[in-house]
Amino acid sequence: MSELPSAQAAVWVRNPSWPAVAARWALQVAVTGGLYAALQVVAGANRYYEVVLTQAGIYVILAVSLNLIMGYTGQLSIGHAGFMAVGAYAAAILTKFFHAPFGLALLAGGVVAGIAGLLVGVPSLRLRGDYLAIATLGFGEIISVLIALIDEVHVGGWVIDIGGAQGMIGIPRHTTFAWTFFTAVAVIKLVWHFVHSTHGRACIAIREDEVAAEAMGIPTTRYKVLAFSMGAVMAGIAGGLHAHQYLYLNPALAGFMNSVFILVIVVIGGMGSTTGAVAAAVFFTYMNQALPNWLQALNLPDRIDPPAVRMVLFSVLLIVVMLVRPRGLLGGVELTWDGVARWVQAALGRGHGAGRADAVKGGRA
Amino acid sequence: MATATATHDPAGATAPATVLECRDVSVRFGGLVALSEFNLTLQQGEIVGLIGPNGAGKTTVFNVITGIYRPTAGDIRLFGHSIAGLRPHRITQMGVARTFQNIRLFGNMTVLDNVRTAFHSRTRAGVLAALLRTRGFHAEEQALTRRALELLEILGLSHRAGALARNLPYGEQRRLEIARALATGPRLLLLDEPAAGMNPNESRQLRDLIQEVHRRFGLTTLLIEHHMDVVMSICHRVVVLDYGRTIASGTPDEVRRNPAVIAAYLGEER
Amino acid sequence: MDIFLQQLVNGLQVGAVYALIALGYTMVYGVIKMINFAHGDVYMVGAYVAFAVATLLASGQTTAAGLAIFALAMVVAMVGCALLGALIERTAYRPLRGQSRMVALTTAIGVSLLLENLMQIIAGPNPRPFPELIPEQTWNVGVVHVNAKFMIVLAVSLVMMVGLQYLVMHTRLGKAMRAVAYDIDAARLMGVDVNRVIAYTFMIGSALAAVAGILVGTVYQRIDPFMGILPGLKAFVAAVLGGIGNIPGAMLGGLLMGLAEVAVSSVRSQLTGAVAFVILIAVLLFKPTGLLGERVYDKV
Repeated sequence: MSELPSAQAAVWVRNPSWPAVAARWALQVAVTGGLYAALQVVAGANRYYEVVLTQAGIYVILAVSLNLIMGYTGQLSIGHAGFMAVGAYAAAILTKFFHAPFGLALLAGGVVAGIAGLLVGVPSLRLRGDYLAIATLGFGEIISVLIALIDEVHVGGWVIDIGGAQGMIGIPRHTTFAWTFFTAVAVIKLVWHFVHSTHGRACIAIREDEVAAEAMGIPTTRYKVLAFSMGAVMAGIAGGLHAHQYLYLNPALAGFMNSVFILVIVVIGGMGSTTGAVAAAVFFTYMNQALPNWLQALNLPDRIDPPAVRMVLFSVLLIVVMLVRPRGLLGGVELTWDGVARWVQAALGRGHGAGRADAVKGGRA
Repeated sequence: MATATATHDPAGATAPATVLECRDVSVRFGGLVALSEFNLTLQQGEIVGLIGPNGAGKTTVFNVITGIYRPTAGDIRLFGHSIAGLRPHRITQMGVARTFQNIRLFGNMTVLDNVRTAFHSRTRAGVLAALLRTRGFHAEEQALTRRALELLEILGLSHRAGALARNLPYGEQRRLEIARALATGPRLLLLDEPAAGMNPNESRQLRDLIQEVHRRFGLTTLLIEHHMDVVMSICHRVVVLDYGRTIASGTPDEVRRNPAVIAAYLGEER
Repeated sequence: MDIFLQQLVNGLQVGAVYALIALGYTMVYGVIKMINFAHGDVYMVGAYVAFAVATLLASGQTTAAGLAIFALAMVVAMVGCALLGALIERTAYRPLRGQSRMVALTTAIGVSLLLENLMQIIAGPNPRPFPELIPEQTWNVGVVHVNAKFMIVLAVSLVMMVGLQYLVMHTRLGKAMRAVAYDIDAARLMGVDVNRVIAYTFMIGSALAAVAGILVGTVYQRIDPFMGILPGLKAFVAAVLGGIGNIPGAMLGGLLMGLAEVAVSSVRSQLTGAVAFVILIAVLLFKPTGLLGERVYDKV
């Protein structure tokens, strides 16, 4: 949050008059619609772009959801991919075996993942720091092992084959760029609403100083579990989207490597910055796809394995960012409508004036 | 926000109520006895000072009252209800607020947000209302923002509302701690060395501030301080701790003259 | 009964390796309160260094020569890993010492990934066969088959653990390590060169991990760049089980972990992977300080 100059009460409270509200809504819809249209053109042009953009959207959701847990509430969670996997499998089972509508399956996947989040969160969130991290890692691995153990489930007269360790195939293709884009937008908006409310402040207070937060009347465990479960729900929905694009699931989806990938995106993008999470997710998804092609072009000797090179670069980047800018590249920096508006006004040389009345502490999407 | 009524007597008579009662409270950590058979009764409207050498157990008293520690023995009653063993946030919701000896502000939040956060336990809008941005949510946010700004005004911090808490100078950070504690709407305020690190001029201003806040919000105040001028000038009573035990209690004058206190702590009168 | 005893022996063998790795985790956590996520990969590097030495020198030699090469490989691996540990601490961890847990953990994860993938590039992703240094020889102790490899594992681990215990309890360095673990600021004020003590701690822990690496290479005869991930995590759990920061606890935890794993795998092998994590969750829920750990009170 950047420093703002001193202000009268009126400045801190959002202008609630109808024209202002309507104008804000109109602007947001217009920009969102415009962005979608532009990206859809790119996605429509070429299957490759569609896959990359859709993957980016999915990882945006994952990064924003983990950022809620780690960046805003300060809880170390390195088993986040477990929730993605739970949601993915749940949604896939519903569409493949029960022919449920896609939207419903996604939501159901989210709910199931949220329940998993509760089951993991309630015992784990009593722990602090490193212990919590390892506990979440442990749960992620347990989920992975459990999925690998289950081959078939018999429900009533039905046989649900989720493939165990071999994985689940034959998932119907439902995910489109449109689904992913608008789900991501909805997730970003909801997280934003949460963070810029008394509940969000409670979570940030927990991150800043848990003892002081508790002393200020905030039930810290309840909020940690809440943030954790909300993050799990969103990860589950992202998992559902992934399942219906990739069309194949296996237990490794819940595993450590995937969790680390999401973690790295959030940490490098910037803790507590939704903008950072979004930007980093897009960047890393693109890198993930593009890097192998670039490496191919370099004609490296056969011995050198492109994924390994990618990981080496990745890990070096991670270490360097931690050493140089531990809060993450965009940590504490947020792109807001008001921020953009102020920038535009400053650029146009207007400075103080009518735009002031719209400035609200912390900004608003 | 607490209104100016000083009692809970609906008939309007000024019979003082017992706000806090500590009965034979002991706190042990393994083999270490931090507090031993501590007794304290606070009446509505009192300002009571808690003094003693470093390590005497003063902050332990605060921590056990606010629920950070569980008493190993004894009982603590707030307005007659036993609070021993309750979670700190519950105790805060019941009307106890505190500041910390080592300032514990929410450093990366703005001054305004530090105070607004402390209003949380008095809000009603649920998570769903926040997510959907209902009218009720907006109304509540506006109301609490206004009240937060009023508090900042009283504490002389409204010009800093947008600054990050960690960037504030020391004296203002101490005042922000008080503002934040007040936002929880307490009836009992625990101040842990609010004047620490202040020069005589600043501590005089702080003393006046404490008195004003105490009067304005009808509080009962328990104050840990090493600045004797502050303690002696505003406290109705003083309790002296040493090695976890109460060694003296009475008016400032009585305590100042008590040989045991002088021996343990006060080398010379300040 | 025979099966039970046999499994006991197997469990001890597996547990000894976990114990050696766990010691490194617990010592580092003790002094700087940080989980060195990359520790398992130091173990992997130890195995590879030993592999390199052994491959260079070994070729159908006598038993005595084999043992000598084994010893040499072990020493080289220990020294190499000690240096690696010190390097990691100096470049990646020390600059971040004041930072939050999240930053420290993330950096450690970065180092871990770096080591794994660098090794993959250097040595190739395929598992390599470890040369035969210890001859296949089995003795019958009562009803149990004990082979030479097991004896070596047991002997070496015992020597290492006794050596470490001596170091920590009866030397000045050990006293300094305990002081730093207890209260780093007080130790600094007492004139302890905290940076050096931490560096030594890392070096010793890494050397022990290297020993574990060569033992595993010798027993299972294959190494690969990712061999450190799972044992690393399991050894960490073992350290937590015994009480993180507690050295005898790490040894106890490692042995118990090994026994538990062998027991589970003999009943239902697919569940073996989950044993460590179930133990972890159980410990964290019911006795977070571990079997031998002490309650730590926070000063507020």
